[in-house]
Amino acid sequence: MATSSFQPKNKLVKWFDQQLPIISLLHGAVGPGYPCPKNLNYWWNFGSLAGFFLGVQILTGIVLAMHYVPQQDLAFDSVEHIMRDVNYGWLLRYMHANGASMFFLVVYIHIFRGLYYGSYKHPREVLWFLGLIIYLLMMATGFMGYVLPWGQMSYWAAKVITNLFSSIDLVIPGVGTTIVQWLWGGFSVGEPTLNRFFALHYLLPFVIAAVVVLHIWALHIQGSNNPLGIDVKGPQDQIPFHPYYTAKDALGLGIAMILFAVLVFYAPNFLGHTDNYIKANPLQTPPEIVPEWYYLPFYAILRSIPNKLIGVIALFTSILILFAMPWLDRSKVRSARFRPVFKVFFWIWVVDVLVLGHIGSQPTDKILFSAGSFSVNYVLFGQVFTFYYFLHFFVIVPLVGIFEKPKPLPESISKAVLKTGGAAAIVALMLLPMVGGSHQAYAAEGTPVPPKQHWSFQGPFGKYDRAAVQRGFQVYKEVCHTCHSLNYFAFRNLTQIGFSEAQAKAVAGEFMVQDGPDDNGDMYMRPGRLADHMPPPFPNDKAAKASNGGALPPDLSDIIKAREYHADYVYAILTHFGEEPPKDMKIQPGLNYNPYFPGGQIAMPPPLQPELVEYADGTSATLDQEAHDVATFLTWVSEPKLEARHALGFRVMAFLIVFTVLLYFTNKRLWARIKKQQ
Amino acid sequence: MTTSQPVVGTPDGKTRRDFLSVATAALGAVGAAATVWPLIDQMNPSADVLALSSTEVDISAIPAGQAITVVWRGQPVFVRHRTEKEIKEAQDVKVAALRDPQTDASRVLKPEWLIVVGVCTHLGCVPLGQKPGEKRGDYDGWYCPCHGSEYDTSGRIRQGPAPANLAVPPYSFLDDSHIRIG
Repeated sequence: MATSSFQPKNKLVKWFDQQLPIISLLHGAVGPGYPCPKNLNYWWNFGSLAGFFLGVQILTGIVLAMHYVPQQDLAFDSVEHIMRDVNYGWLLRYMHANGASMFFLVVYIHIFRGLYYGSYKHPREVLWFLGLIIYLLMMATGFMGYVLPWGQMSYWAAKVITNLFSSIDLVIPGVGTTIVQWLWGGFSVGEPTLNRFFALHYLLPFVIAAVVVLHIWALHIQGSNNPLGIDVKGPQDQIPFHPYYTAKDALGLGIAMILFAVLVFYAPNFLGHTDNYIKANPLQTPPEIVPEWYYLPFYAILRSIPNKLIGVIALFTSILILFAMPWLDRSKVRSARFRPVFKVFFWIWVVDVLVLGHIGSQPTDKILFSAGSFSVNYVLFGQVFTFYYFLHFFVIVPLVGIFEKPKPLPESISKAVLKTGGAAAIVALMLLPMVGGSHQAYAAEGTPVPPKQHWSFQGPFGKYDRAAVQRGFQVYKEVCHTCHSLNYFAFRNLTQIGFSEAQAKAVAGEFMVQDGPDDNGDMYMRPGRLADHMPPPFPNDKAAKASNGGALPPDLSDIIKAREYHADYVYAILTHFGEEPPKDMKIQPGLNYNPYFPGGQIAMPPPLQPELVEYADGTSATLDQEAHDVATFLTWVSEPKLEARHALGFRVMAFLIVFTVLLYFTNKRLWARIKKQQ
Repeated sequence: MTTSQPVVGTPDGKTRRDFLSVATAALGAVGAAATVWPLIDQMNPSADVLALSSTEVDISAIPAGQAITVVWRGQPVFVRHRTEKEIKEAQDVKVAALRDPQTDASRVLKPEWLIVVGVCTHLGCVPLGQKPGEKRGDYDGWYCPCHGSEYDTSGRIRQGPAPANLAVPPYSFLDDSHIRIG
């Protein structure tokens, strides 16, 4: 198979290749020298797509590491620095965060494709194992990467996942604890944990890249499987990889990049969790803790088993079972096209996995349905689907392999395939986990969903209403700043919302900022400058708590991104004080009723009232107006690069659409030759 | 458009290039090149670094003949209270004979105060001469210990490998005893 047919014409290339045959290596690996089955369909695009997204992750990851600080007091701040101050930092971070989702998405489809067409069967078992090793490395890398921003979800993910190993205590007491402490480098997740996770998160992608090389090597030894699952009989069944599959892969890449760009530019936090915009707090677990969407099915399996050790064993088994597929499946026929029974069960299993993913995203005590006294909650629901998951591998696959009567196989690979209908179906399927994996449906029980408001920054062309942001800043400065800090906001930022430099300087000068030490070693106060950040109203969290009845007023820099429903939520909170609490709710002393606050009781007294500020631009300061303005301002502080993101997004989308259309026609014309030959 | 029917997979891999595939490849190359820019630009100074560009200094406590070093943009800035003799030395130099010809008047706002970036223009070391007793070279200014460049009392290069005078940062006098650099 690996015969190199490379015959360089160019003398320089020939001279070089005689001494280091890297060009003929590439020629044989991904060039005209690699003969592929003629009939590979669009499901075969996902291998190269996975390689592409690995490249995206490595490139964006390396540059993010130039700005990220793996230190527990600075990690979160350094991510905010990347988002706010580093040139294109927002783009690189959003690409990296969503690139991980894209990478997992294409790898999942790649794995499903392998399972459907029997690519794991002889003679490709080693190829299959190498792929699974890549997947395991990806899971470890993705998990450790998620820890690095050191938000609430990061921290608690680190704690929960490392604690999986503590279940070993139930087999050999003490060993689990020892392993977990070894993983942490301490008695809880902390500084040493973050440092080693960063080191490993930087290392593992290169290990993945190395295993990818082995994966491709193994692929070239036996050659690609194909949709018919039958062996290639000779050259008449094959076409060179380049240009046919490079063109086809490029078209798939164009489509995948459009999806990627939609996420990065228009929904960058859609697959993330709001709580990860809250700095890690080792003393408080978030009320809802969920992993990233790509781990949800396994998380559902873990949760559905009411025994710690067995739950962990089930979790690992659910993944490692894939290694046994070459032996669990006794059928000699590879492709599910000729396996009528297997095909049905395959799709049932896919649905089972997707449903498990959905279950994993929901709170366990949620009721699925109830009829009279009979009700099914998500735990039972999850148990049923977990049971089926294992039933599929341990019972259905082996039995079907033995008893199924396959359809007759064709004599040879006869027809080249170029059906764009298939591509459309694949695009639709790619969107599926995106929908199932979002964490939207999460209001605390009994808390109503805030009504949607109209905001200037909504939609793909949204921009901040400068006047509203400026008025909102006035409300923040005169009202909210009494208790709430705004630590990531610098006075220089005001020039981005229509203030002149002189105006911004004047605003900065209204605040006193601590500086020093001076020549005598003393700290001193001086008027603020443009480079200064907004000084906090209290010197530290303890002072803030002491002055606010024991409740800490949260920093507002990220509040819009850190709360479900974002600006709508903040607006609803601000405008719904003073309502009559439900009869059965006893309001604790020092708390106030607010229907939109989770639990209904908030420590903050009603902050706004009509005419509380006198707007410089003469706008009438109604309560609604104030709330709307301050929510607009806080959205801008949370996401100052939104306008740059929308503007660049438009250009990137326009480019990608034109490029993909060109790729479509190039590809179509190229393959027309093959079709004509049939 | 479809008159050519090249043989599929000929050994030399040659197929007729047409406008469509060239345009597609060219557009792809343009896109890839444009993508590189954010990866490069992220290494430029970030917005917060650019904003940290001014330092206020109290110069009232510096006696004539002495100097202090302050930090501006992470670099040392020499603030030297020159004596009458030093000012005269600086003013009496034949400008045309200098390697980097600049009059002393063009390098100061007030003759008593010389403010220069304390970084040798050769390869970035900090020259000696700030503290009493440090080597100042033959021209009574600064002497760079790395490769022997010598600067005069106006911070101009007089001898050694450095190509240019010590840079004068942007600064202004807030009042008689305070300056703001940057």
